[in-house]
Amino acid sequence: MPIKVVLPTAFTRHTDGKKQLESSATDLPALLAEIDSTFPALATQIKDENGKLRKFINIYINDEDIRFLGGDSYTFQDGDEVMLIPSIAGGR
Amino acid sequence: MEYSCSAYELACNECGRRFGNRPLSGCPECLAPLEITYDLESARSEFTREAIARGPASIWRYARLLPVPEGYQPDLPVGFTPLARAARLGKRIGAENLYVKNDAVCFPSLSFKDRVVAVALANARKFGFTTVGCSSTGNLANSVAAQAARLGIEASILVPADLEPAKILNTLVYGARLIRIDGNYDHVNRLCTLIADEYNWGFVNVNLRPYYAEGSKSVGYEIAEQLGWRLPDNVVVPMAGGSLIRKIRKAFQELVYLGLVEAPARPVRFFGAQATGCSPITTAVKQGEDDIVPQRPNTIARSLAIGNPADGPAAAKMIRADGGWAEDVSDVELVSGIQELAETEGIFTETAGGVTTAVTARLYAQGRIAHGETTVAVITGNGLKTTDALAGRYDHLDARSIRPRLADFAEYLRSLEGQRQASHETELATAGD
Repeated sequence: MPIKVVLPTAFTRHTDGKKQLESSATDLPALLAEIDSTFPALATQIKDENGKLRKFINIYINDEDIRFLGGDSYTFQDGDEVMLIPSIAGGR
Repeated sequence: MEYSCSAYELACNECGRRFGNRPLSGCPECLAPLEITYDLESARSEFTREAIARGPASIWRYARLLPVPEGYQPDLPVGFTPLARAARLGKRIGAENLYVKNDAVCFPSLSFKDRVVAVALANARKFGFTTVGCSSTGNLANSVAAQAARLGIEASILVPADLEPAKILNTLVYGARLIRIDGNYDHVNRLCTLIADEYNWGFVNVNLRPYYAEGSKSVGYEIAEQLGWRLPDNVVVPMAGGSLIRKIRKAFQELVYLGLVEAPARPVRFFGAQATGCSPITTAVKQGEDDIVPQRPNTIARSLAIGNPADGPAAAKMIRADGGWAEDVSDVELVSGIQELAETEGIFTETAGGVTTAVTARLYAQGRIAHGETTVAVITGNGLKTTDALAGRYDHLDARSIRPRLADFAEYLRSLEGQRQASHETELATAGD
């Protein structure tokens, strides 16, 4: 069940310039584990010193924040687009 | 796309790295939001009460501590709105020293967003952007459109599709390109983050955000100056993204550091206000959590409807640290708040201001703010933009008209008096039950 992972430009220096990745991970913890081995520099950037995803990153599945879908327990569906976006937002 | 400046630059709150001046809002290393840091010592001899008094009656009197590029000649008198003693509202809610900071009359587009946009666009020009934009729930859209028109910069503005018609018209009239997005503000904002990544546009609240956010400090400077260079005991501030409340505090701290005001015996307490239908920050404050659990907004206070506020964690933390609190009110209560402020002080605010007013009343009722303390309620927007919220509140809109005759007028007054008497008696009867 391949999913598409979309990264912001700020992360592409760790992925040989690639903004999109394919993955067969089944959930978020599995995806992060996969990134640990495929792009260790990216893993360092998106996780804090305790190995947890940094709080300034939001994960979206298609158009929805993964926290509305169950977070770590959400099982990726075939064709899901998983986006990692820094939470720089705000403002009205 | 960067400029050097000795007075201020971007710095990461988390890891402390510095980045000069460029259109960048997140730390490339740890991804935390960037903020502007100043060389405050170098401002000590220039940022004085006297120098400020000689400045224009606008936010530009505080330009020395705003991130405005050297040589920039602002020509719009933004801000410096009235700080009004609210004696009649105070009497109604049990407050003796209550003030209203009235950004319902901020120039040029009638909300406090004019302050942040003015500072952001000064930088957009310096960086060389020919198109600016924003994600907005309305007030920001109005302000970007108006000020971009004045500066002759193209504006592209993204809003949730269900925005109030007045806010859409108030954007289109300036000739801005308005793009309506199927989704809520958080969806719009996420799209803008992606666009800023692909297009060379200056989004005031995305890649220009650190500059933009500093404009909010002017609210704090003005409150202190208008109180006669002293700080209030309490400030009540509406929260959407959670930025304004933090910047007012930053302004107060700078004024204390530079000696323009005395350090208060007790830290100024900050009280955050949200609508219950979108209350991720008040929820975090009440539960003693630093982490924000995102919500799907469901409130008529659309200008506060940010379910996933980026500055929420920092806002919640700071509110508690200084002994403040946060409250949220229902849509019904916020509409009553709009009416109450208008009826007592002659200030017509939008839904967000209704939230602030209703929350202020509740904080006094709860005893969290004491009767005699100096308290400032920050009103951030104008009621003419959200008149829909009052639909159904006044049956008078459909009242019969009368002939232009004195006798008819007298008869009409008598019938109104009769209605009032009848409703009064009904109230008495109900109260006696």
